[in-house]
Amino acid sequence: MNLTPVLTDTWDKDHSWRLATYEGAGGYAGLKKALTMEPADLVQAVKDSGLRGRGGAGFPTGMKWGFLPPPDGGPRYLVVNADESEPGTCKDIPLMLASPQHLIEGVAITSYAIGCDHAFIYVRGEVLHVYRRLLNAVEEAYEAGYLGKNIQGSGFDLDVTVHAGAGAYICGEETALLDSLEGLRGQPRLKPPFPAVAGLYARPTVVNNVESIASVPAIVAKGADWFSSMGTEKSQGHGLFSLSGHVTRPGQYEAPLGITLRELLDLAGGVRAGHELKFWTPGGSSTPIFTQDHLDVPLDYESVGAAGSMLGTRALQIFDESVCVVRAVSRWTDFYAHESCGKCTPCREGTYWLKQVLHRIEAGEGQDSDLDLLLDLCDNILGRAFCALGDGATSPITSSVQLFRAEYQAHIDGHGCPFDPSASALFPYTPKTTSPGAALVGAVGAGTGGHR
Amino acid sequence: MRATEPATKPVEGGPVETRTRYDADTLAALTADATAIMERYPDPRSGLLPMLHLVQSVDGYVSRDGILFCAEMLGITAAEVSAVATFYTQYKRHPNGTYTVGVCTNTLCAVMGGDAIFDELSDHLGVGHDETTDDGAITLERIECNAACDYAPVVMVNWEFFDNQTPETATALADKLRLGEDVAPTRGAASVCSFKQMSRILAGFPDGRADEGVGAGEPTLAGLKIARERGWTAPDAEAPATGESQAEVPPVTGAPGSSAQRQPTTPADTEVGKDKKPGEDAK
Repeated sequence: MNLTPVLTDTWDKDHSWRLATYEGAGGYAGLKKALTMEPADLVQAVKDSGLRGRGGAGFPTGMKWGFLPPPDGGPRYLVVNADESEPGTCKDIPLMLASPQHLIEGVAITSYAIGCDHAFIYVRGEVLHVYRRLLNAVEEAYEAGYLGKNIQGSGFDLDVTVHAGAGAYICGEETALLDSLEGLRGQPRLKPPFPAVAGLYARPTVVNNVESIASVPAIVAKGADWFSSMGTEKSQGHGLFSLSGHVTRPGQYEAPLGITLRELLDLAGGVRAGHELKFWTPGGSSTPIFTQDHLDVPLDYESVGAAGSMLGTRALQIFDESVCVVRAVSRWTDFYAHESCGKCTPCREGTYWLKQVLHRIEAGEGQDSDLDLLLDLCDNILGRAFCALGDGATSPITSSVQLFRAEYQAHIDGHGCPFDPSASALFPYTPKTTSPGAALVGAVGAGTGGHR
Repeated sequence: MRATEPATKPVEGGPVETRTRYDADTLAALTADATAIMERYPDPRSGLLPMLHLVQSVDGYVSRDGILFCAEMLGITAAEVSAVATFYTQYKRHPNGTYTVGVCTNTLCAVMGGDAIFDELSDHLGVGHDETTDDGAITLERIECNAACDYAPVVMVNWEFFDNQTPETATALADKLRLGEDVAPTRGAASVCSFKQMSRILAGFPDGRADEGVGAGEPTLAGLKIARERGWTAPDAEAPATGESQAEVPPVTGAPGSSAQRQPTTPADTEVGKDKKPGEDAK
């Protein structure tokens, strides 16, 4: 399957982030066309394109827009989720660094389509230069008349505020993001009401991922049929596939949905020289892991789901045979425990205990009953947590115990990790501690259920 | 919606009867900046996160005075401000070094060498996680995934990218920082600014350096490069459509199925319109 550069197409140009570069490549044709259309027709066009949310859940974008209640004269908001933090996910940040105008044009079109006159871009605070580029892109768009009052003489007004977060994975959850944007602790809200009905400031709100919104201009300019000519029947269009880890040429590969990891690895020069694939994530750490048995699974929403995982954010983290799966999963679990917002008990307490059990297994102090204990803990979190963070925390554990149970057991039986941690590194070194998990028990394990 | 005016009206020179200990000039400058922040939002309370970044740009951390200042500007209690300040990891509760050096030790970076880099830096600097060197130059941190996995292992200095690091490059970087020399990120501005300067940018006051640095590093362009070499492009707009638009019946607004930002948990979730809200199983 061929690669299809759409969003990435301008990234290799000189000063790719400047408005002039973007306009020179045909940028803002979508907005100009959109402003001649009826908003309802734009919503329909995005529905017809088959675009589904690129932030992980894969919900149809046009349908989400269509959920807004009829205008009541009050404000309606667009909030762009640019809080990219799912481990392994690294697509939106390079997009905004290289070509922020793609996003700004998408924001303008979407705002027009849903009747919004003040849009927000919530970008995580830990990417300083991306924030600079976004602020600058918005400024350039105002000066060129793509934002502000009476845009392109259409009578449509739009203000855009770029808002920097302050470090919290949970703010990638859309309702936690809204609370954070309102100046509160970023904790998820009970749904319903859904953001479409009562979102930012309790007003109708659309929350969309960066890549979803950035995909809109080309859909408008080139047509829904053009977009749906790529991809599979139910997973249409192009998407960024992010290869990382033990792969020869890691990076961003923009391809139609439905491409396979085998095809992508061929393009990326294969797994690290002299090594072989052991396990991988199809869509970030919250998606159940795959092995080489899944190399030919089409990377679309349905096929990955049918194979027991989720397409997620197309964050393909590649781990070769040098990596201890217990170490990998234990570290992800540290992450979920650290990032649990503390609002609900299953996630707050559950991730804490998952961490304790995994640390002792990794340190060689595990007991024979620990694997069943882990699975029991997962069973008490999955579907019982307030939001998807808790569910995500269980995915790497349940999937890895299923696929690599013997490796867990070897840590318990052998009273330690059988792997040399330095073998997985890209450079030679002598480990200062033989069992990283053991060293972490005291250092990081001190925190309790709260976010910090 | 909340009131659009802060309950404590700022007056010239700062809030009336301030409990902060800022001198008059500092308070006046902070008040002007905080007012500008609040004006960006329909509800001034939305300005709290940038306002806390602003406080850090003056004090180098979220100080007692900073908390009181935010509370007075927004007409909320100091406890309400503290609740927010303690939730987010970028807000520091004790004076930060001039540079935050963050080593990604989330799984992928860790196994690729992040663990070794952190251990080496920790030994080299004589500090652990969230500790600051005696000279006040560096606060060392373990950080979570920073969305640069294709550049692993990654080190961030004041949240600028230092890609593809090793223990040697990281310790050399730290040495330069302690000597007060300029360091240039792989993808970012031409040099790293101080923690306080960074905090001011994050408060929404840009420093005019957006045009510095590259647009993309090599991994970012990996796929595009292959497409260029092989003459691959996306189909042109005239290409005949092969896909069909989805026949769909939208769920009722607000009903289960009308929101999507969560991970599917069962195969049924991946079918359009059949997903349920998070936590529904708990009932």
